[in-house]
Amino acid sequence: MARVAQVRKTAMMGDEAVAYAVKQADVDVVAAYPITPQTIIVERLSEYVADGELNASFIQAESEHSAISICVGASLAGARVFTSTASQGLALMHEILHAASSMRAPMVMAIANRALNSPLNIHCDHSDVMNARDTGWIHLFATDVQEAYDLTLMAFRLGEDRRILLPVSVNLDGFILSHSVEPLEVLPDHEVPEFLPPKDYPYAIDPSRPATYGAMALPDTYMEFRLQLHEALQKVPSVWGEVSRSFEEVSGRRYSMVKSFAVDGSDAVVVALGSTYGTLKHVARRLRDEGLRVGVASLTMYRPFPEDVLARMLGDVKAVVVMDRAYSYGGLGGPLYTDILSTLYRNGVEIPVLNVVYGLGGRDFTVRDAEEVLRMAAEGAERGGFPEKVVWWGVRR
Amino acid sequence: MIEVRWHGRGGQGVVTGSNLLARAAILEGKYAQHFPEFGPERSGAPVRSYTRISNQPIELHTGVYNPDIVVVIDPTMARNPEGFVQGLKRGGSLVLNYAGDVGRLSHIAGELDVKVHVVNAHRISLEEVGRKIYNVPMLAALARASGLVGLEAVKSALRSRFSGEALEINLRLLEKAYREVESLA
Amino acid sequence: MLEKIIRGEFGYEDLPPAAIISPSPTSPSYKTGVWRTEKPVIDPAKCVKCLLCWVFCPDMSIKRLEDDSVKIDYDYCKGCGICSEVCPTKAIRMVEEV
Repeated sequence: MARVAQVRKTAMMGDEAVAYAVKQADVDVVAAYPITPQTIIVERLSEYVADGELNASFIQAESEHSAISICVGASLAGARVFTSTASQGLALMHEILHAASSMRAPMVMAIANRALNSPLNIHCDHSDVMNARDTGWIHLFATDVQEAYDLTLMAFRLGEDRRILLPVSVNLDGFILSHSVEPLEVLPDHEVPEFLPPKDYPYAIDPSRPATYGAMALPDTYMEFRLQLHEALQKVPSVWGEVSRSFEEVSGRRYSMVKSFAVDGSDAVVVALGSTYGTLKHVARRLRDEGLRVGVASLTMYRPFPEDVLARMLGDVKAVVVMDRAYSYGGLGGPLYTDILSTLYRNGVEIPVLNVVYGLGGRDFTVRDAEEVLRMAAEGAERGGFPEKVVWWGVRR
Repeated sequence: MIEVRWHGRGGQGVVTGSNLLARAAILEGKYAQHFPEFGPERSGAPVRSYTRISNQPIELHTGVYNPDIVVVIDPTMARNPEGFVQGLKRGGSLVLNYAGDVGRLSHIAGELDVKVHVVNAHRISLEEVGRKIYNVPMLAALARASGLVGLEAVKSALRSRFSGEALEINLRLLEKAYREVESLA
Repeated sequence: MLEKIIRGEFGYEDLPPAAIISPSPTSPSYKTGVWRTEKPVIDPAKCVKCLLCWVFCPDMSIKRLEDDSVKIDYDYCKGCGICSEVCPTKAIRMVEEV
């Protein structure tokens, strides 16, 4: 490893950490809807702009649909672009999420993941981003405040890479991370441009060289354009390798697409997204000391789906528990569960998989819950199966 | 790892108190985490916030159910501390903004096997600044009673958050409350 | 490549990324005049140079000349007849192209 920059240790909320990373990324345009379900992220950015700490256009839109539309235009003009939202706001953006990816408009969006109506709820779950799962965006998940900061910086570099040119969402659990203060190591300002050079967008709108954007494509070409989008996403893992190596050089922190704890030699693995990983890891540490052979894994990158990494990681275990903080209503289970089932099936791994649906609408996943789930995973490995396919964790019946 | 649960009312700065405690601990080189219990924000409604402090990195992202320390920053709530001690560990601490008869607290201390620390932040803030400001004096009381963070680190955390008159007022309240904490044997 | 794409001889990698097409515009190469079954014909004797036809033509197929007289661009005129409808002096007549 080359050289780790002089880091500055501080304390920030997840929201503040993301805003700080966006400021350091020297974005050109921030467009956002400022009211609920907005977070402090854009509030802080508007302060940076007003105080002259960030030279950017801060555009307050009248809805999230407009905010993301502004972002698409700004990105195609060659600007480095950021926006942020959650829950209903992301739902309102949905139409334009597809346009952003298929028009190959790189941008970074922080999503402070929250539940969707109805009933009205403002707390954490992943239903919002899971609705956006198939929009052609790259989706990254932070497990703590440090990761929210780091992934925001990495997201700009990844999405703006000429081989990729895609929008990226950085997901941080609403309230659990967005409103938590944790220790944070930030890069010195002058180190950031070295990791993240200015955006160099090959198709930037230029009035002297007119081009058609968002053209119509009829049945004879539409599928070809959609395959282009898929192929761009397929290139992400290799570019991620470069980006994460380069980030490690400046930060000392390393990010693989799937992070894991004690998976090697474990009989069972529990897989989760977001901050629950930390709680599971905390408890797994203790249970392993008691001799329980159970590991924990979490996807830093959810789309594109790191199939190969997971197939290898789970190829030698005897049972898997997949934790979902969202659900496919009327479907087979949560979205991560069906992704992992498919991964195992098409890689010839025949092991029992249990889906634990938990934490919808912010229901706390406690230390006791984590212990029960980890023990359940180990038991599934021992018995060679689970009594159920899907468990709605802690639901009163 | 030490876990702290804060109680107060919406508008009294419960969340800021917990936030400042975490920042102060981190400034001292410790690991810390602060997170509020969010709901619809209503002035006057009961509010909780949580702080974790440790010498090891904190991986947990879940609520605090068995706090080592409970702080009640509202004096009307602190009149009946029995309502806020749920899950408080034996051997833990209860820190109260208390204006009443200290004598009746020793009963609680004995029954729960906890140490009780009081400071009359209500009187101090009215005397010092003519306004009711509870969170920073109670942070001072907590720091003094628990030794979790030093006074200097708390001051630094205040400086990172406030400036001008607000900073000056809070520093004054901090010093005063720090001196006046009373611990029941 | 454009000709090959028009002929359908391409793979998905040959198409411009994200359907961003440059140089633009490409529509001049699309001669919509072949859609026409009736064509507008101007009688210069009746034309008062009011330019209403030039304003209303949805395909910009009516060209305004120096002296404000007009000329129809039959490469793109689809024969919709709006010019004939709006002409106040009935100077534009629609003629069958059968």
